[in-house]
Amino acid sequence: MTSAVFTGVSVVAPSGLDNERFFSSMLEKRNWIGPVRRFDASGYPATLAGEVLDFDEAALIPSRLLAQTDRVTRFSLVAADCAIRDSGIDLAGADDLDAGVVTASSSGGFEFSQHELQKLWSKGGQYVSAYQSFAWFYAVNTGQISIKHGLRGTSGVLVSEGAGGLDALAKARRQIRNAGARIMITGGMDASICPWGWVGLAGTGTVSQATEPEAAYLPFDSRACGYVPAEGGAILVMEEESAARGRGARIYGGLAGYAATFDAGPADSRVEALQHAITTALHDAQVTPSAVDVVFADAGANDADDLIEAQALRQVFGARGVAVTAPKTMTGRLCSGAGAQDVATALLSIAAGVVPPTVNTRVDVRHGLDLVTEATPTDVQNVLVIARGIGGFNSAMVLTAPQ
Amino acid sequence: MPTTFTIDDLKRVLSQGAGLDHSVDLRQALHTNFEDLGFDSLAMLETAARVEREFAVSLDEMQIANTTTIKAFIDSVNDSLVNTT
Repeated sequence: MTSAVFTGVSVVAPSGLDNERFFSSMLEKRNWIGPVRRFDASGYPATLAGEVLDFDEAALIPSRLLAQTDRVTRFSLVAADCAIRDSGIDLAGADDLDAGVVTASSSGGFEFSQHELQKLWSKGGQYVSAYQSFAWFYAVNTGQISIKHGLRGTSGVLVSEGAGGLDALAKARRQIRNAGARIMITGGMDASICPWGWVGLAGTGTVSQATEPEAAYLPFDSRACGYVPAEGGAILVMEEESAARGRGARIYGGLAGYAATFDAGPADSRVEALQHAITTALHDAQVTPSAVDVVFADAGANDADDLIEAQALRQVFGARGVAVTAPKTMTGRLCSGAGAQDVATALLSIAAGVVPPTVNTRVDVRHGLDLVTEATPTDVQNVLVIARGIGGFNSAMVLTAPQ
Repeated sequence: MPTTFTIDDLKRVLSQGAGLDHSVDLRQALHTNFEDLGFDSLAMLETAARVEREFAVSLDEMQIANTTTIKAFIDSVNDSLVNTT
């Protein structure tokens, strides 16, 4: 069976665009959550976010693309550039039909669309940008990346809320394993820290209304009160393994296993659905629970979500049976960006031999979780990443260290 | 209402609408196609819409679609302005 491996990684995070800084700031337990700066959120129930403040758009994006892109697409373009550079791959030398793009998005170009809607309703249709025709669309990040790099292989977008970041990577693997793709640019990105996005998130009832950054996003804690929304994600380069080895690429790790399930209904066996995703992903990877070195949790930080995730983990691994961490407590919940950024963090953990911590949470003993609260040197060989999406999406992915 | 559409007006509209590289000097590109400068059909739609709003003219869509060079576009707008006043 063809294997898919990661050869390039690029994050867009509050720490910026540099992988080293991203990972080291996590080991230092730097909390990037703070009051919303992008707009005046003082009148809203939620006032905290994980924002990417260090992103000089004018310097990073050509003016032609600035005019037609939302923030999320700018993030995606820059991260794709960085990931491609990181991989050392020569895309010009590849057959353009062998390389595709598949990304995840939950909200598409939200801020751009909000501005156009404001113009529509305050000034009239003739003031709406012609670029709204695609700048809003979930697949626009895939589209712009593919246009910029001339990638004409099978491409697409996965829209499964927080689970999307894993679902897109899995789709990329399917392209490589089943459809002859040699290179896939893949990942997830979201950026909806704007009034319209804020109202949408508030409507889910899952966002933290706490005002203290150190006490706002507390997964698996008895004080859990919701998550803090954030922007960003990650773009990765995935290649067919033998091709990657053939060109002497640096291999971060392999996408060894994956599974996705869907909750049947609000009250119905949600633990079983998540548990099934986990056990199926492990089976797909041929990795036993005892061989998993760390789990990167979804960490919804709502009573229901925490209970479900903790129970599913206990049922698979036994109480306190595996190290669990949620470094997203330092960045906020990235929606479609989360799964991809957790995979990026996992790959960096494998490379560095250190598991990054969860911050601020004091784990509630009833969850029966062995939560990592300090950066822990570990020989990381197998990682399980969990990503769940509002609406019932459960995805689990197993990453393995390069052999 | 302005009565003429100048190359500086076009430069401004392109910058605000479709995005114009600072290094591009339109005066040196009067007979260059928009397409060769990187402006696709959507960029032309956006540009035409802005000109229509600012200069209170109605630009014929088909004519715009067939307008290929910088100079031809400027002439086309000025023709419309003359016909409107």
